[in-house]
Amino acid sequence: MGGALNINHLLFLGHGALWTIGLSAIALIGGGSFGFLIALGRVSPSRAVRLLAATYVQLIQGTPLLVIMFLSFFGLAALGFNISPLLAAGASMTIFVAAYLGEIWRGCIEAVPKQQWEAAEGLALSRSQRMVKVILPQAIRLATPPTVGFMVQIVKNTSLASVVGFVELTRSGQIINNSLFEPFIIYSIIAVVYFSLCYPLSRLSRRLERSALQKKPALA
Amino acid sequence: MNAHVNPPAAPPNAPVVALRNVHKSFGSLKVLDGVSFSVGRGEVTVLIGRSGSGKSTALRCIDRFETIDGGEIEVCGRRVDDAGLDVRALRQDVGIVFQSYNLFPHLTIEENITLAPHAVKKVPKAEARALAAKVLAQVGLEEKLHAYPEQLSGGQQQRAAIARSLAMQPKVMLFDEVTSALDPELTGEVLKVIEALAADGMTMVLVTHEMSFARGIADQVVFMHKGKVHEAGPAGILSSPSTPELAQFVGTGF
Repeated sequence: MGGALNINHLLFLGHGALWTIGLSAIALIGGGSFGFLIALGRVSPSRAVRLLAATYVQLIQGTPLLVIMFLSFFGLAALGFNISPLLAAGASMTIFVAAYLGEIWRGCIEAVPKQQWEAAEGLALSRSQRMVKVILPQAIRLATPPTVGFMVQIVKNTSLASVVGFVELTRSGQIINNSLFEPFIIYSIIAVVYFSLCYPLSRLSRRLERSALQKKPALA
Repeated sequence: MNAHVNPPAAPPNAPVVALRNVHKSFGSLKVLDGVSFSVGRGEVTVLIGRSGSGKSTALRCIDRFETIDGGEIEVCGRRVDDAGLDVRALRQDVGIVFQSYNLFPHLTIEENITLAPHAVKKVPKAEARALAAKVLAQVGLEEKLHAYPEQLSGGQQQRAAIARSLAMQPKVMLFDEVTSALDPELTGEVLKVIEALAADGMTMVLVTHEMSFARGIADQVVFMHKGKVHEAGPAGILSSPSTPELAQFVGTGF
């Protein structure tokens, strides 16, 4: 290659940006599903389950995502498991996001007033009925703004997948720069793309938060 | 879980609710210190006393929101103090209304009311909706069927909460300071609903600070003081108390 930045480079970057979005989606869906179980585990009536979920959260929140990426790609390879960059990146993001969303959502479940539990108990609803019909619908409303806000972190953190050779936006920029040696221009373009992915999300999060505040039910 | 065991058929004059020498502490704080009283079918018992006298705790023990440390509680033929109690069966027999209404804010009034009959008693949806209309009419809110709780005044919300409890067709209703969170001009509409229930023969236990209401509705007044039943008797004891503590309590109006 070499020479000036051309349309093919931009197409390559665009391809990388699509993978950034793709990996973010995998992280949100995988981490969201697993994180939901973690949140339920954190408020479980069983002490053992609560402890297990809390340990997971502490462990993952105390470990850099980069190290999780290295572990799942190089670490598992050293143990004889050969996994693709996509699988390593997707699994690492899922593990990482689950710990954070699990904790955010636990907070939302616990933010539903205790009296709502009591009222549901007084009506003889079972624990799962109380959770599904009374608590979770209210917790989901509370959870929407911080979850959308956290998606910004997810998008930015996918850039770490470049270290395991997963060609997302950052990695595709590195590859182009290796032939063009125009780091300022290339990384500026990349920064702009990240910003244009993240900014709408943070705006949306703030708007959801405002409308949630306005629609707050008048509880005594 | 064990197969559901029907409570033994109670003799016709057995009390619906009976507390016998009930003890309860929160840590080192003794809140119930040998409390006994009983409530017959169709009777209205009013628990009065200062804040911290144990009256709300006594009420919550009846519905197993609190467990007790000693004594016996019997409700509708069930031993509530029994560790193996089928709590959900108990709560189908006992309706409870709280100070802060606690309607479910994400559901319409109709959905608030139909939720438990449908989910717990498996009443078909259409039948549950008919039931909702009926109990809402009972509390004078038939036009609020499709409103959300936040669209209602405090008094209306509390009446809707009463209707929600009624829809489970309880054998006894518990009211925990249900007018304490309301503006004075809104308490009347709620008290009227409770009076109508009493007139219909509902067995009730109420915790209230409304003395004139208590005087009018109570078959039995239980005055609690320092975790004990200090004085109990017909509503007349409010006019002619025999202990200085009740005299002072009634005198100050609180």
